[in-house]
Order: sequence, then C-alpha cells, then structure tokens
Amino acid sequence: MDMVNIKVNGVSYEVPQGSTILEAARYAGIDIPTLCYLKDINQIGACRMCMVEVKGARSLVAACIYAVADGMEIFTNSPKVQESRKMTLELLLSVHDRKCLTCERSGNCELQTLCNEMGIEEDTRFEGALPAGEKDTSTAYLERNNAKCILCRRCVAACQNQHVSVIGANNRGFDTSIGCAFETPLADVSCVACGQCIVSCPTGALTEKDYTQDVLDAINDPEKVVIVQTAPAVRAALGEEFGLPIGTNVEGKMVAALRRLGFDKVFDTDFGADMTIMEEASEFIHRVQNGGKLPMITSCSPGWVKFCEHYYPDLIDNLSTCKSPQNMTGALIKTWYAQREGIDPKNIVSVSVMPCTAKKFEIKRDHEDAAGLPDVDISLTTRELARLIKKAKLNFNALPDEKFDDAMGVSTGAGVIFGATGGVMEAALRTAADVLEGKSLEQIDYHEVRGTASFKEATYHVGGMDVKVAVVSGLSNADALLKKVRAGEADYQFIEVMCCPGGCVNGGGQPIQSATVRAYTDLKSARAKALYDQDKAMPLRKSHENPVLKKCYEEFLTDGPNGHKAHEILHTSYVKRGI
Amino acid sequence: MQKRISHLPFHDTPEQAQKLDAAIEGLKGQPGAVMPALHQAQDIYGYLPQEVLKKIADGLGVSLEEVFGVATFYSQFSLTPKGRNHISVCLGTACYVKGSDKVLDRLVAKLGIQPEECTEDGEFSLTACRCIGACGLAPVMTVNDEVYGRLVPEDVDKILAQYAAK
Repeated sequence: MDMVNIKVNGVSYEVPQGSTILEAARYAGIDIPTLCYLKDINQIGACRMCMVEVKGARSLVAACIYAVADGMEIFTNSPKVQESRKMTLELLLSVHDRKCLTCERSGNCELQTLCNEMGIEEDTRFEGALPAGEKDTSTAYLERNNAKCILCRRCVAACQNQHVSVIGANNRGFDTSIGCAFETPLADVSCVACGQCIVSCPTGALTEKDYTQDVLDAINDPEKVVIVQTAPAVRAALGEEFGLPIGTNVEGKMVAALRRLGFDKVFDTDFGADMTIMEEASEFIHRVQNGGKLPMITSCSPGWVKFCEHYYPDLIDNLSTCKSPQNMTGALIKTWYAQREGIDPKNIVSVSVMPCTAKKFEIKRDHEDAAGLPDVDISLTTRELARLIKKAKLNFNALPDEKFDDAMGVSTGAGVIFGATGGVMEAALRTAADVLEGKSLEQIDYHEVRGTASFKEATYHVGGMDVKVAVVSGLSNADALLKKVRAGEADYQFIEVMCCPGGCVNGGGQPIQSATVRAYTDLKSARAKALYDQDKAMPLRKSHENPVLKKCYEEFLTDGPNGHKAHEILHTSYVKRGI
Repeated sequence: MQKRISHLPFHDTPEQAQKLDAAIEGLKGQPGAVMPALHQAQDIYGYLPQEVLKKIADGLGVSLEEVFGVATFYSQFSLTPKGRNHISVCLGTACYVKGSDKVLDRLVAKLGIQPEECTEDGEFSLTACRCIGACGLAPVMTVNDEVYGRLVPEDVDKILAQYAAK
C-alpha cells in the first residue's frame, strides 16, 4: 500500500494514499462527525457535518469525500470547524421535529448524539417550518415520518443498493422530502419491504410498524395461548440492544426473557428451518429427477420473493414452493401442535420474532394459512422484542440461559445457519447429499458457500451427479444473477438468494448500529460467526436427523416430505406483481 | 413550492408518441440522459404527464422515482398541462413588494385553480414565476407572450375577459 504523509491537528501521520480525509483521520485514531456518510453505501458529501480545515484551501472541505494528498495539513478541531459543526446542527434542528422524549430512536439517534456532543442548546439561532407532508403508514411493515428526516439520503442509497430504488428526494429547497414517484404511498409501489432503509436511517424518520402492544394484549388475554418463535439471526444480534458485543449469541437469555414476558410456549424457528430443508431438498430432488423447473431458487426470504414477483415475474416458477421457516413453524403450530395438545387453533396467537421487516408482509400473503387462520398472527422485529424486554424492565444480561420448549424447539445446526448467506444452501446440501447417497456422510462442511462474498458458486458431486449451485445475498447481486438466468446464460440447478446483504443477520429488523460503528465493524460477518460457532458445537447438524421433525412426518405429514399433506400445509404460491 | 401533479386524463397523438420514442432511443445508454429526455418530452407535450415519465424511466432503464425527483427539482419542468392561455405572475422581490401576491390571489379566485394548475376546459393555466426582468413595471404578469404591468388586483377581471372572448 502506498502511503502519504499528512498532518492532522499538528501531528504527523502516515496514511494510505487515495483515502479520504475521514478515512485517513480515523486511521490515525481521530474521529470526525458525520451524518450522511454510510460506508460503502452513501458517500456524497451532502450534510456538511464532516467539514474540516485544510491549510491553503479556500474554504472548509467535506472530509468524507475529499482525498488526502502528500503534505496535507488538516485541522479537525479548530474554532472555525467547531462553529461550522454547530451551525450545521442548528440548521438541521430548525426544521426537525424535536420530540426526542417520545422518539423511538432516542438514545440511538445519530443527530441527538452529535447535538449532545457538540453542546447544542435548546434555543438555537434559527427557526424554520417543519417539513410538510403526512406520515406514510400505508404498509404493514414500515412508517416514514418526514418531520424527523434530515435528508441525508442514506435510505435512498440503501434502496438503490438493493436495486429497488422506489424512494428518492422529491421537490427542492425547503420543500424537499423523501418519497416515491408521484408521492405514491409506499404500499402501492414495488418496495420489497427489506427494511435496509430503516437500519440506514440516522434518526427516527424511518421505523418499523410497531406491533408490541398487540402482543401484550394477546398475552394479557386469558383466553389466548400465545406461542412465540424466534428466527436464528435474532439470537446473534439481540444482545447488541443490551450493550453486549456484536456477535454475542444470546439464545439462552432470549428464551428466558420470552418466558418472563408471558409467552405460553417458546419455539425455535430453527425447527421450521429444518422442516424447510426437508421439503426444499425433496422438492429439489423431485425437480431434478422429473424435469421440473430449474434452477430452483430458495423462497425463505420474503423480501427476495417480493422482489422476484415485482421485477422477475417470469421467474416465479423457479421459486421453491416451500413456505419460509417462519410460516412452516406457524402452520405446524396451528395444525399439528394444536391437534396434539387439544387446543382450538382459533385461541392460538402465533407470534414470531424476526430479523426482518418483510416478514410482517409475508404473514399477510395469500396461502399462508394452513389451518384456515393466519400461520403467524404477529411478526415482530428483533428491535421490537428488545423494546418489550426493556418495557418489562427485565435485567436481560442477568437472566439465566434457558432452553426452547421441546415440542417445537428442537433443531439442528443446519437450521441455525439459515440466518446467514449460504446457510440455506449448506443445510440443503447436507440433507440432499445424504438422501441421494443413501448414507450418512461425514463431510458436512461446505466452505465454498460460506462467507459474506456477494456471489459464491460451487459444484458438488452428489448421488452420481454434479450439482451446480450459486449463492447471492443483497438484491443487487440477485439482480445480476437473475439477468443471467433469464438470458439462459447460467447453468445452475440450485440458487440461494437472501434479500439483505449478508443474509438475515444483517436484516432490516436487526438492532440499528450507527454509521461510525458500521465503519469499523462488519456486522454481517460478526453476527454470522455466532451462528456458525453454534452449528459447530451442536450434536445434530443435519435437518433430517431432527427427532421432532421425524415425529412430525411419522404422526402428521404421513405421506412424507413434498407429499400431498406437506404441500397443503407447508407450501405456498406466488403472484406476478410487476412494477 | 411543491410541484403540483396533474390528474387530468392523458391524451397523446401517434406523432407525439413517435417523437418521444425517438428522443428516448437517441439518449439510451448515455450518462445523464434523464435531463435532456425530460426537456425533449416537455417540448413534445407542453408538460410532463405521468405516463411520459414512466416511458422515460422504462426506456432509459432508470427508476421512475429518479425521473420524478429530477422533474420536481427543476422549476423549468411542469407536471401540469398548460392551458390555451398561460398566465404567469411574477413573485420576484420587486413585484412581490408591490403586491403581486394580491394579483395572484385574484387570479386563483377567478379561475378556481391553484398555481401550477390548468382549468378543466383547458383555457387557462396559472403559474407563479420568479423575476422576469420587468421590475420597472412591477407588479407584472404575462399572458402567453403579452406583458401586463403596474397591476392592481381589479385589472385581472378585464384581462381575463379579453382572453376568454378570444
């Protein structure tokens, strides 16, 4: 790496050539405040928060986009810089809805943090009109309140990064607001519900639609049996809400917290993930052996499914018909479990905790109602669960480690890794290889499909044939791959797509980390590691070895995986939505 | 001011559609093609109907929101049709202090439309513009290419009658 010599605040440093002043300063251990900057996603120099003084320059420069040069002298803490920061914040506040006390992002708001750090006072020098426009509450998963928007455009960049691009800045000057074309409500455009905009938002302008009160109402209703399930990726991130290091697996404490919140049963979506593998691997083998539509593409990720329906409606027959693990678990709760326990499914409130906002959309889809009732009634994000725990004043970090309830809380390592990109593929391969070879294979680690690379491919020789697979996460990567599939330029048999970059661990429902944390930490790999570590330590690591799953096929889905009954309960259908 | 969006029904002629297709075809693949495409489309249609913005987005392979964002950013672009007679009231500083806002209010009341709108019969459209360089005549409005200066709100009625008759 070529280095250049610069001075920051009078001290000499050697920093990589070509870096921006922001990167160079951070390399040297000096932080510069930012708002619109989001590493790798939004680097546009728009908010003017990161202005610094460069000796010889006519005016202050934006550190996030200005490249260093040899001999440059930079001042990040001069009175001129401090005054500029103060004025930028005051101008932002002059048109900001300052109801911090009741804001969901209070305590985790980048604007609030900077105002505190810079000593901004209540009475600022400027007063402006609050942005006009109603809140957009049109969808089941997201709310936008432009009165709290600082027009940083991080959400716009996140949406573009997903190749969805349904939001942008409309109008100009004081009238600028983030919205859709023709000010159409979000529910009526081809938004895929991924929530990457929410986790990119520095303030409280974008939030998930909160259903915590609905859950509390259900728990407090003595008539109702309230059953919760948690997705694999939730345990890998929930701890962040309680100050634990990123990548801490808090499965045991999470289960304990859910019991103390009053849920009657605490089940594991990993069980549903194992069921998904049984169904999906069987469906795949069936398609291969019977000339079915290939490549088969996974259908666990509802943001991805919605993307496919909007942008690649011609490829919906390539989607596996399997419901997602969330809805498989939900469907079995209201059918098999209800039957076995003698509970009227009408009295069951099926709740899920997901790293995802698109799951809120998924539960309202057609054909997600095996018992004639919604498979899942309420879907919460990881953040909403954290909110419930805080509201109940549970001392999360002091809770004991507890186990999921046996009935549907038993899972394998294959189910656990569903939360990370490549995990579904690896889990499916573990089962498909055993089934096709007719024996239990020792080699079950498929390293080629692991890791956070945007595109992974491999060919495996199983059961006398070569299976060519591809794994992508993030919709821009999915888009590129699907273009090839559509053009007939890709000869894969099986493709895994996860909507969010890195998979569910980096989902739109996960705890929100600031741009500064995201500049230093790769959330995707840190959280994924927690899941792969758990997989490695588990006695059972193949879905088809799950004892509860075996019982389910023996007792209930008696014509086996991908059989008629399984299709009624565990499979679904898709619609061509278009844009 | 937020751009008004027309919900009036969209009609185009085969000639207009053909011209737009040709314009888009000529710009395809060029960086920054949205702006010239919008300019040409406005020349063809007189304004930017929703259907035309969709055609531009599809044709150039950019998102509809991006096209809409650009169209609403620049004041030169109009999302509402122009009437047979287009009225423009200057709200530049000189005209404003001389009471052009009252003139505009009068027009809004008489025509029953807001700035950036067109009457349903297509006779009149209205816009509030920035300085047109006739400050000496403030307050000023234009109807088509005709300039009317030193106005008082009451003048509006007479001027409108003149054009309605035509």
